[in-house]
Amino acid sequence: MKLTVDGLLVYFPYDYIYPEQYAYMLELKRALDAKGHGLLEMPSGTGKTISLLSLIVAYMIQNPHHVRKLIYCSRTVPEIEKVLEELKNLIKYYEKSQGEKPSLTGVVLSSRKNLCIHPDVSREREGKLVDGKCHSLTASYIRERHESDNSVPICQFYEGFNREGKESMLPYGVYTMDDLKQYGADRNWCPYFLSRFAIIHAEIVVYSYHYLLDPKIAEVVSKEMNREAVVVFDEAHNIDNVCIDSLSVKVTRRTIDRSTMALQQLEKTVAHWLVSMRMSKVVPGNIRNAEHFLSFLKRFIEYLKTRLRIQHVVQESPAGFLKDVQARVCIERKPLRFCATRLSSLMKTLEIPDPSNFASLTLITHLATLVSTYTKGFTIIIEPFDDKTPTVSNPILHFSCMDSSIAMRPVFARFQSVIITSGTLSPLDMYPKILDFNPIIMSSFTMTLARPCILPMIVSKGSDQVAISSKYETREDVAVIRNYGQLLVEISASVPDGVVCFFTSYLYLESVVGAWYDQGVVASLQRHKLLFIETQDSAETSFALINYIKACESGRGAVLLSVARGKVSEGVDFDHHLGRAVLMFGIPYVFTQSRILKARLDYLRDQFQIRENDFLTFDAMRHAAQCVGRALRGKTDYGIMIFADKRFSRADKRTKLPRWIQEHLKDSLCNLSTEEAVQICKRWLRQMAQPFTREDQLGVSLLTLQQLQSEEQQEKIEKQVIQK
Amino acid sequence: MTTSSEDVLLSVSYVRFKKGDGTLYVMNQRLAWMLENRDTVAVSHKYADIKTQKISPAGKAKVQLQVVLHDGTCSTFHFVNPAGAEAQAKDRDQVKMLLQNLLPKFKRQIDEELEMKSKLLSLHPTLKHLYEDLVISKVINSEEYWNTPTLKTYTESNNIKQEAGVSGAFLADIQPQTDGCNGLKYNLTQDIIDAIFKTYPAVRKKHVDYVPNKMTEAEFWTKFFQSHYFHRDRIASSSSKDLFGECAKLDDQAIASAMKHTTLDLTVDLPQFTENIPLLPSEDEIAPEKEKGDNASIHRNMIKRFNQHSIMVLKASHKTNSSNNNNNSSSKTTNNNKVVENGVKESNGVAEKRTAEDSSTEAPDKKKRILEKIHYEDLEDKPGNEDAQELKLSKIERYLLGPSSQSQQTHTHTHNAPPLSALSSICQAWSSGQQCQRPVRVSASACVGALGELSPGGALMRHHQAASMAQLIPPDVKSELHRIYLSGGELLRELWRCFPQPGAATDTEDATAKAEKFYEALLRFRNVKLRPFEEKMLRELTPLATTLTRHMNQMIDTACAKYAVWQQRQAKLR
Repeated sequence: MKLTVDGLLVYFPYDYIYPEQYAYMLELKRALDAKGHGLLEMPSGTGKTISLLSLIVAYMIQNPHHVRKLIYCSRTVPEIEKVLEELKNLIKYYEKSQGEKPSLTGVVLSSRKNLCIHPDVSREREGKLVDGKCHSLTASYIRERHESDNSVPICQFYEGFNREGKESMLPYGVYTMDDLKQYGADRNWCPYFLSRFAIIHAEIVVYSYHYLLDPKIAEVVSKEMNREAVVVFDEAHNIDNVCIDSLSVKVTRRTIDRSTMALQQLEKTVAHWLVSMRMSKVVPGNIRNAEHFLSFLKRFIEYLKTRLRIQHVVQESPAGFLKDVQARVCIERKPLRFCATRLSSLMKTLEIPDPSNFASLTLITHLATLVSTYTKGFTIIIEPFDDKTPTVSNPILHFSCMDSSIAMRPVFARFQSVIITSGTLSPLDMYPKILDFNPIIMSSFTMTLARPCILPMIVSKGSDQVAISSKYETREDVAVIRNYGQLLVEISASVPDGVVCFFTSYLYLESVVGAWYDQGVVASLQRHKLLFIETQDSAETSFALINYIKACESGRGAVLLSVARGKVSEGVDFDHHLGRAVLMFGIPYVFTQSRILKARLDYLRDQFQIRENDFLTFDAMRHAAQCVGRALRGKTDYGIMIFADKRFSRADKRTKLPRWIQEHLKDSLCNLSTEEAVQICKRWLRQMAQPFTREDQLGVSLLTLQQLQSEEQQEKIEKQVIQK
Repeated sequence: MTTSSEDVLLSVSYVRFKKGDGTLYVMNQRLAWMLENRDTVAVSHKYADIKTQKISPAGKAKVQLQVVLHDGTCSTFHFVNPAGAEAQAKDRDQVKMLLQNLLPKFKRQIDEELEMKSKLLSLHPTLKHLYEDLVISKVINSEEYWNTPTLKTYTESNNIKQEAGVSGAFLADIQPQTDGCNGLKYNLTQDIIDAIFKTYPAVRKKHVDYVPNKMTEAEFWTKFFQSHYFHRDRIASSSSKDLFGECAKLDDQAIASAMKHTTLDLTVDLPQFTENIPLLPSEDEIAPEKEKGDNASIHRNMIKRFNQHSIMVLKASHKTNSSNNNNNSSSKTTNNNKVVENGVKESNGVAEKRTAEDSSTEAPDKKKRILEKIHYEDLEDKPGNEDAQELKLSKIERYLLGPSSQSQQTHTHTHNAPPLSALSSICQAWSSGQQCQRPVRVSASACVGALGELSPGGALMRHHQAASMAQLIPPDVKSELHRIYLSGGELLRELWRCFPQPGAATDTEDATAKAEKFYEALLRFRNVKLRPFEEKMLRELTPLATTLTRHMNQMIDTACAKYAVWQQRQAKLR
């Protein structure tokens, strides 16, 4: 349908629209008009991506001078592929209704591993190996050598692209990874470098967070991006963690050993070069100082080594660290700062065939650069051993970023609109604080529903009236574990198909499963459904998951035990029969004893006036919401969400859940025992099992164009947008 | 019955059958037994009827041989040679060996139908119960039994046989019982053994390797129960003593190879989810940490085993289907390759071919999955919706019931609950004014409400205290009651089916005869099954005894009343 959003003609590639999609577009347009940043929460399964794309594309076409580019960042590879398909869908709709393709190019950028079409290189399964092999075929000196000696292998695709590709532009259209590969294969061009080149000019770019957030990568990849761009961070509920991870470095003894080895190898190569260079009398500038630089690095590594030789925990600021470096090994701040660039240019000159062997050394230089670049918002913690194994000496140096705004700041400063969106961003006011920006719009949308298709419940006690909670003091209590088990057994006996449970941590999951085996809970679970459990090995978990899906699809039904903050909770959807019920056993707080977390909490308190408890609860509740939100992926879907912990019913926890869950969490559902919960489930499931047709939805949660344009509906939507 | 026409292959005297001594004859076609000093054959089993023979274990005092027939009955012969146990055993073994040779020959002659029937019975415990209750207790005969509609659905339409899967909890269901003196007793049934074999091929292999030669069946299973393989919370001992240590490894291998060979759906392929951070050479993943203490690794191991168990159970029930699918898919993929190979031929070298192949096998599936994921079914108009014509009915009763004489209807009404037509017309009246777009549709909540009222505890079910009953009666009584309902229900249904349909031509003599037969069967059932059960209940569960069977009796009474009315009318008509 073609609709007008606040005077803007938007092509929307469906015949119907959800009211909240319209509201979302309205808000989004306001942000674009004002050239400001925005924070939007809308439940998953309400077509967030397509609303974003249709509005921004329409805006770009009609206001080409305001917005020239859309940079869409998402988190996982499947998400990225989904975005591209939706975009394709949209462009197809434009083509159908206008008769010609809009003059837009949409392109994806992904790692070499996903884009390589070289017959040998692409066979590698690990990204690192692909990168290394690719490098050894495409580095400039290798290609030079090939000029004189034909037997030196090079990559024909890279050569092809280099010869012809750089002059031509990609024809208008949307290119997914497979499209790029096919396009490259047809023309004998390398899709990876094609894409690297194309994103500079393409109107729409889809890639993962790192390309924009990690300053080291952004410098190389996204430097030439236009300022008049809209940046969208989808699935952004964890964006602060991504920021922090991209700026943190961890150094272990192993890293030191490896980098020492790499350094020795470098020294050898340098010596070798000098000998051969002396013959020809031309020594590149880089090499002339190389010995000096290498001894400098050696000193720095030796210094780190001595720092790791400790018996107790040390915490210090980057400034203190630098001062100590100065005092002990006479290294000043300035040379440290250029460590990373020096090393990489040296490696280029030395014609190192495969830089992946030098990963550890590169890491050390990154540490050096970071520690001398940023003085605020970082901390250095050196621990002599892992907390879980205090007897084994395993020293680690954490160079940890505490301020997620450091990585975000350049992005906010550079681009005119940055939209942060996800299904679970509540409480919204936390994000502007921790990311340190000033959003123009900040809204949370609920799901308009024709029937109550989610059933959130807080189960606070077992059938024996013992309170259940994953509180540290009671979590190992036999009664609590048994009650959790009983709850799961009862639920799996009365809920059809798939049931997913989330535990607060992997350790807790392990100990509970052990206890359940002894108590016979596992046996009674197996009587109803097949049991699958997430493990720490992601390949194993994937296999278990695929079998879980098989079990659900064959009608046997299955239970999946999983972990909040784990990979499953972040990336796998359990829509329809794959997740009819989700149970959250306990509140998924982070491991609060971690020193890095403590340092961060202190920092947040001092810098942003965020109370420790507020942040911890915020963090726990967004993960809980993320977990239970896995069950609902659309309006025709339905699912039960059980929060099994007494503490969930407290106001400070409950109010931090996303609005679309809170709305259905009535007071009567907040303090249930296992039996009551099961009774309510049964009733509700019967109701949900009744046929559900479009007629039921129309006018309430689904609108035709006429309905949308009616005044009454417009008013309703206006009201729905609640400004926080 | 004479034996003159047949050759007697072996005759053994001193064989006791049902407390009478006599002689056992092993003949060409049959196994026969004659009481001492008589000349009529008391027992005679055709070999074709015999399913198996069983013998008593070596150490037992009684030396016996039992033949099990296909219809489930069995005859036991006790060898009582006065010459002593050895002679008895010798006699018995002679018979056994001979039968062993003879039976397979006749096995082939059994008509397929019988085989299928027996297989059906063994596959479906409910059918077996039904068979035992109705046929063996002689309520109805076997032929009638196989002609009931329930059975027909099994025998006729089920050409594609669906094998029963394996229960997920079969290992857990083997509950050990303490025998009082520090020992544990495990009860193993054939079903469980089958399940174990089906799920754990490694154990089956061990069983094949060991059982006849190196140890007895019992020893094998004892070892099995002692092994860590059964007790998941025990750590695998590396010593070679444990018979099943190897099995765990074999399982691991099987799973690992399965993992390698399955292409993961992109939505669950966790390792591929996150892009490795590009451009930066990343630090090596720290090698998997060593097992942290015993406790953790026990749990970890256990979790692995649970996953494996579920996967294998699933595999066991999918085995037959998957082999078919594999063939299909493999042929499909090769097809695909060819097409694309031709398509990309213009580009040079091996390189293109490979990538094209790669993307061709994966891409369509992958793309389909993505499209499926982003598809919102409710946002799009379904194509072809407009073509369908809506059915409009002016008189719904006529549609639901067909043309029928009004008088007959009223007659039945007096005795029975109002049929669907009445309900629908009431519904119609309620939703008056609405054009009959969806004739008998009620809103979801109303449906749920109605269901609730009709469930135990609801307004319409007040006098049945079924909820409390479920807690009060012991499980064995429950299962017995269940069986009574099962077989009683079958008979009732048959009887009701014999009454002519309203509007249908009421001609058949057959129906009358059949109705009579089932009416009698029902009465027999009441006498043979229901009454003894009621008496037993009176003795054991006094307060509940009458209420338990009230509903069943009510149903039977209603059916009988109906039958009586019908009989009267039939008589009048004549």
